[in-house]
Amino acid sequence: MRETKYWIWHLAAGVLILFLLGLHMAIMHLDSLFGAWGLNPSGGEAIAWNNVVARSRMAAMIVVYIALLGAALYHGFYGLRTIVFELGIGPALQKAVTVGLWTAGLCLFVLGAIAAIAAGRL
Amino acid sequence: MPETSLSNRTIDVYIRRYNPERDARPRWQRFTLAVARGMTVLDGLHRIREEQDPTVVFRYSCRMSVCGSCAMLINGRPALACNTQIADVASERLTLAPLPNFDIIKDLVPDLAPLFQKHRAVQPYIQRADMEEVEKPTGEFYQSPKELERYLQFAYCIKCGSCMAGCPTLAADPEYPGPMPLAQAYRYSADSRDSGFDERKVQAGASHGVFRCHYAGECSNVCPKGVDPARALQLMKRELVLDYLRLRRKRCPASVLRVPGEARRNPDVPAPPPYTV
Amino acid sequence: MASSTKHYPNRLGIVGWLLGGRWGLERYMYTLHRVTGLGILFYFVLHILVTSTRALGAEWWEGAMVRVGHPIFKIGEFLVFAAFVIHGLNGIRLIAIELGWAVGKAEEPVYPYRSSLHVQRPVLIGVMIVAAVFLALGGWDFLQVTH
Repeated sequence: MRETKYWIWHLAAGVLILFLLGLHMAIMHLDSLFGAWGLNPSGGEAIAWNNVVARSRMAAMIVVYIALLGAALYHGFYGLRTIVFELGIGPALQKAVTVGLWTAGLCLFVLGAIAAIAAGRL
Repeated sequence: MPETSLSNRTIDVYIRRYNPERDARPRWQRFTLAVARGMTVLDGLHRIREEQDPTVVFRYSCRMSVCGSCAMLINGRPALACNTQIADVASERLTLAPLPNFDIIKDLVPDLAPLFQKHRAVQPYIQRADMEEVEKPTGEFYQSPKELERYLQFAYCIKCGSCMAGCPTLAADPEYPGPMPLAQAYRYSADSRDSGFDERKVQAGASHGVFRCHYAGECSNVCPKGVDPARALQLMKRELVLDYLRLRRKRCPASVLRVPGEARRNPDVPAPPPYTV
Repeated sequence: MASSTKHYPNRLGIVGWLLGGRWGLERYMYTLHRVTGLGILFYFVLHILVTSTRALGAEWWEGAMVRVGHPIFKIGEFLVFAAFVIHGLNGIRLIAIELGWAVGKAEEPVYPYRSSLHVQRPVLIGVMIVAAVFLALGGWDFLQVTH
């Protein structure tokens, strides 16, 4: 029954990613449109350092980054676990895969979250 | 197409042969077969056995797509040999192989034992608190036509194993029950006479349960009976999700239909004839 | 059942992911969904590592951006965008199917059989059309930026 829980969160994370990643991609690629909203205050490319700093300081963007980070890591790693499990590996290896993916996912989450919070004080 | 053009046409039939006592691995053997009008793949196999090679082994029983014994890979696609017309699937070349995802016992005969074990594991029978009524019935359980419709489609399953041969998940994951057993888990859970969902959800909601289905849809494409296992599996997922969110409607299993005991016959209606058996 | 005869294992294995089935459009979407998902995940892990450098200051960030400024990364980014569009839109379809909204109710099978695949097919076609529109717009934007 635990799988039902994991799977429902997989779906919920997927829906959240759809909105947040859509927003993220729009900000990064439709830079001319979002410049007016103060997301790219220095103009030019969205990845220019001044724009990155401006976005990193916005509290709303920090929340968006961390939520997207967590949702995408969960969704992606659950999906990867599904594919690996369907290879027909034994129960011991299944356990190892689950533990390994949780560890890797948490490490990446901590790294990304620390970076997002630290970048807020740039 | 004129009748004569079909009657004397010969085609190449490639049969996947495997004799466990002699062969290390399966091999292809070619036969030529004169295809008559209306000849099914099963008829063709019989013809080859009678006229060319009596050692070709295949499994069949009813010859009318009811028993589910003769499912095999016909031109690379699982189908029943008895309800596939050769003229429909082959103009020059027909390949016949045993169903994949099952061990081969001999030639075209797959070992369906895992299918039946997985079927048994989902408890494919009516479960209720009052099992004595099921064992020694005093009447019939009430069920409306609408309630019947909820599961009837899935009850047409003949356990031929075609869906199991087409399923990509089952191709690599032997722990996955497969479309047939999971569809049957839904068929019984959707039955208004049953209250066994809480037992079946353990298998269906397990790590290698129904969530390993990703709707490739091949089970429903190949089902010779129109059972649509893919639909049953999605509806099972829905039940599991609703159950987890505590939104699944609890219903009491149908009660025994009581006929009024003190009824008097309308004098205008004639009495039925006496029992003959 | 213990049996003395030797059975030949005939499981398709991982080859079956590519070669098993494949008689319907949904089968190809299944493969596409997996491939795009794995592609996005691979990019995403790298993306976390690269973008985390912004916390270390301007020099690190500029250095990382120079390294990923190579045209091959730009093409990669477009592929990630394409994968996201396909995976996301197909994901909407899959959610609708897997929660039982787009597969229809059980019905009496009458030959020629009409399965749940036919019920959800309009959703699949819609998804493909919308994905094509997004890919065309994204591709146009991509060409604008690179030229």
